[in-house]
Amino acid sequence: MTDICLRLNDEDTRLPAGTPLADALQAWHYADRRVAVAINGEFVPRTAYAGRILQDDDCIDIVAPVGGG
Amino acid sequence: MNASHDDTLELYGETFASRFLLGTALYASPTVMQAAIRAADCEMVTLGLRRQNPASGDGDAFWQILRDSGCRLLPNTAGCRSAREAITLAEMSRELFDTPWIKLEVVGDDYNLQPDPFGLLEATRELIDQGFKVLPYCTDDLVLCQRLRDAGCQALMPWGSPIGTGLGLMNRYALQTLRQRLDVPLIIDAGLGAPSQAAEAMEMGFDGVLLNTAVARAHRPSLMAEAFADAIRAGRNAHLAGLMQQRQTASPSTPTIGQPFWHRDGG
Repeated sequence: MTDICLRLNDEDTRLPAGTPLADALQAWHYADRRVAVAINGEFVPRTAYAGRILQDDDCIDIVAPVGGG
Repeated sequence: MNASHDDTLELYGETFASRFLLGTALYASPTVMQAAIRAADCEMVTLGLRRQNPASGDGDAFWQILRDSGCRLLPNTAGCRSAREAITLAEMSRELFDTPWIKLEVVGDDYNLQPDPFGLLEATRELIDQGFKVLPYCTDDLVLCQRLRDAGCQALMPWGSPIGTGLGLMNRYALQTLRQRLDVPLIIDAGLGAPSQAAEAMEMGFDGVLLNTAVARAHRPSLMAEAFADAIRAGRNAHLAGLMQQRQTASPSTPTIGQPFWHRDGG
């Protein structure tokens, strides 16, 4: 199976083609974390994780709570 | 008698007993932050979202601390430089924190972190359409604030001065004009460095104060939070009580009638 190139929080990474976002989050150890996800600058709701297949060159942002003013 | 016991802040139909909103950044430790939140006696705290390494559980721990505080969470879109970025981050916040509240920030300039009025208005319209309760961090420009209100904002958060400066109320004329011309709740957000500045804002008729740095960077953050809480209550009570009119000429407060040692001939 071929790999696709991704940007995860502005870092290069690779995953097998056809990987759903839900599996990617598992692989990246975010599955049990309180996070939210955007792909290519668009919010991806949790309910869409399983059906969202990652594409080559996707830019994924995964964010968590921090202190803010 | 303390009038503020019965005096509440209404935001988007919800009632708050406290008029003090506190930020959760820049504290020396989570323990220091917790103590400051308690001392502030606030009901709403701001927080943000940032990229995070999964090896770090900091986000989960931070979330737990804030949940335990019992405060309502007001996520921000700090650092966003376009309406699109701010809208996306607001959508992420809504899911993560399960809240429609958003402190909307769109930065227009890196030097003074001045809000971009055009991006702010564009993002506000979209988020209001999506059902968000938008609290926009804006400048003190009257027309911008009118447009934000017309877009559906039921409260606005004009700056006192740029974030983190501690310069206080930079443009009193503009702020007084906002207060006179707008009938929605107005919360002074950013730039306050001293409790006296917060008291002045409340005396001018503003409905609340949001700040972070002045408390978090104090030598004793809890004590500073308490000082701000006292000042905000004092300023609000003074506003409700009605400040006297200033005048240029002196006027004795002690009666002049019956003044001893006074003689009609001036002797």
